[in-house]
Amino acid sequence: MYRSHVLVCSGTGCTSSGCVEVQENLEKELSNNKLENEVKLIQTGCHGLCELGPIVIVYPEGTSYFRVEGKDVKELVEEHLLKGRPVDRLMYKEPISEEQVPYYNDINFYKKQSRIVLRNCGYIDPESIEEYIARGGYDGLSRALSEFSQDEVIEEVKESGLRGRGGAGFPTGVKWGFARQAPGDKKYIICNADEGDPGAFMDRSILEGDPHSVIEGMAIGGYAIGADEGYIYVRAEYPLAIKRLRKALEAAEGLGLLGENILGTGFNFKLKIKEGAGAFVCGEETALMASIEGNRGMPRPRPPFPAQKGLWGKPSNINNVETLACVPVILSEGAGSFNSVGTENSKGTKVFALTGKINNTGLVEVPMGIKIKDIIYTIGGGIQEDKAFKAVQIGGPSGGCLPEDKIDLPVDYDSLTQAGAIMGSGGLVVMDEETCIVDVARFFLKFTQTESCGKCTPCREGTKRMLEILERITQGEGKEGDVELLEELGSMVKETSLCGLGQTAPNPVLSTTKHFRDEYNAHILDRRCPAGACSDLLIYKILEDKCKGCTKCVKACPQDAITGEKKEVHVIDQDKCIKCGACVDQCKFEAIVLG
Amino acid sequence: MDKLKSLDDLKNLREEARKTTTTRQSTENLIIVGMGTCGISAGARDVMNTILEELNKRDLSDVNVTQTGCIGMCEKEVLVDVKLKGKERVSYGRVTPQDVSRIIANHVINGQIVEDLVVGKPES
Repeated sequence: MYRSHVLVCSGTGCTSSGCVEVQENLEKELSNNKLENEVKLIQTGCHGLCELGPIVIVYPEGTSYFRVEGKDVKELVEEHLLKGRPVDRLMYKEPISEEQVPYYNDINFYKKQSRIVLRNCGYIDPESIEEYIARGGYDGLSRALSEFSQDEVIEEVKESGLRGRGGAGFPTGVKWGFARQAPGDKKYIICNADEGDPGAFMDRSILEGDPHSVIEGMAIGGYAIGADEGYIYVRAEYPLAIKRLRKALEAAEGLGLLGENILGTGFNFKLKIKEGAGAFVCGEETALMASIEGNRGMPRPRPPFPAQKGLWGKPSNINNVETLACVPVILSEGAGSFNSVGTENSKGTKVFALTGKINNTGLVEVPMGIKIKDIIYTIGGGIQEDKAFKAVQIGGPSGGCLPEDKIDLPVDYDSLTQAGAIMGSGGLVVMDEETCIVDVARFFLKFTQTESCGKCTPCREGTKRMLEILERITQGEGKEGDVELLEELGSMVKETSLCGLGQTAPNPVLSTTKHFRDEYNAHILDRRCPAGACSDLLIYKILEDKCKGCTKCVKACPQDAITGEKKEVHVIDQDKCIKCGACVDQCKFEAIVLG
Repeated sequence: MDKLKSLDDLKNLREEARKTTTTRQSTENLIIVGMGTCGISAGARDVMNTILEELNKRDLSDVNVTQTGCIGMCEKEVLVDVKLKGKERVSYGRVTPQDVSRIIANHVINGQIVEDLVVGKPES
């Protein structure tokens, strides 16, 4: 027995900010102080506040430390673990009130969340099946196998109201029903872990932090639809997730929770990992199956749907990582406990990857129906440097940008769709007043355009033409009628593309032309970028009444574009200016402005 | 580890495994050891290790052991406080490893305060 457990986050985020050194130093210091038999060191998955990593939490008190570096470890061990004196300087401070918060559970970022999917992330050692089991793991599977018929499992999932967390929001129980009813002895269940949205990392974090919850969800799904085999399709760019998954599969097989005659119930189920090369289109179910079969990952028209004719022509069912991680909880705690959270048509919680110009970036899980405002200001701690909120992109490249007047919107499938965005897989990118909305639309379209597999013309050619128009606009060469052309092309690409990639690619453009038309007009008609972000449209000028002629700007300019005598007003030669902004940073009199 | 052959096997493993993670659960049963410089030099570390061994031996996984700094009664170290769920906190002083089993058996398990070691307790 240990008197204290020290949990060090070892997700990908914390690994890149140096948790390995923290971990190694902790081991060393614990042994130097002869604490190794009193204090247990545990590596966990992601806690969510990735920007403030590496994160260290000391139990039983739950004292949490952020941005811990290797050099802090000695003090942490000697003060906190040896003498029981918490180290204040490493504790969390609330962004707005600057109040110091010693305990993990009291931090606003965590307090306002409700964790079902992430229930174990950051709390257990993901490489220990015992810790997962200690937290009620595989109870859902054992209940499903012993107390429920296959149809009853499907009914329970229907009753829970769980909808697909991968984007479209299709009811999971209904989907399982299709695969169950499809004729055939050989069926497959597939986990889509080909997360590719810019800014999204929830699937990776779940696989890294709690791989068994996905494995258990798949085994339950396999039992329900009558599959004895499953595939986890995970992109090769997620090496830590793959490593932990492999370890988890081995452990589950070792305990007989996967394999033949599971828990003596006669149910056989095995799982394989398929590493994908990381193509966005492989998130499309038909392309994903083609990729597992060893072919080039390209979608095909549906029907036939995978439930009828899927992997190797057999009935197959594909679910997203987060969807599957909800399943064990539904089976172990009952549909009623799951559907008591959320709104009428969107039950449970949703994990979001919160990124952009926000104070607390990271991974959050919130009840469906929470207002966007609460995610951004309470959990997210508000906009960085107190700048003004401009827009939030929800749903990744397939989603849409919502302006400030939509900030009171509840987060659920239907209200987001109505507003022109989608739940998507859960990317949430917050933008401030200095973000150019046309440039954002261009960024997302550039992503989908590059990722288009090229099989169908509307997606291949349509997105390319749209991108060209957007690039022109941001370069100050927009023409009247461009917005109308974008809208026409966009709706055509949406309606005629073969798969979800093309069908949703125009969304960032269409939602911004709708909500931010003025900003497009400013670029096209006035050759002006209101956010001051499109460098081709910027002009730096010197305000005559403020310029003291100090010559600092002249020295800062790399192009020798600024001229003027000492103590006299200076001028910028616009032909030479490369708009680097170096002069602005040097001017003490705020005399240089964007015009 | 052997394969789990039945639902009961899984249940048993869960019970076993739970014990290893209880330190991370908030329990209201606490034993707090004074670990200021004074406490440590008076032998607090030995006392704490004996407490851990004793808890382990008696399988008391819903009791957490934690530590605190000096509270000012340095000459009475080693100080050990017992705070059980719904009960007032009781402080014991000059605790030696030999006293630990009495504190745990009498107080933690049976709720009887070990009067001769008490340095502070609520007025009853």
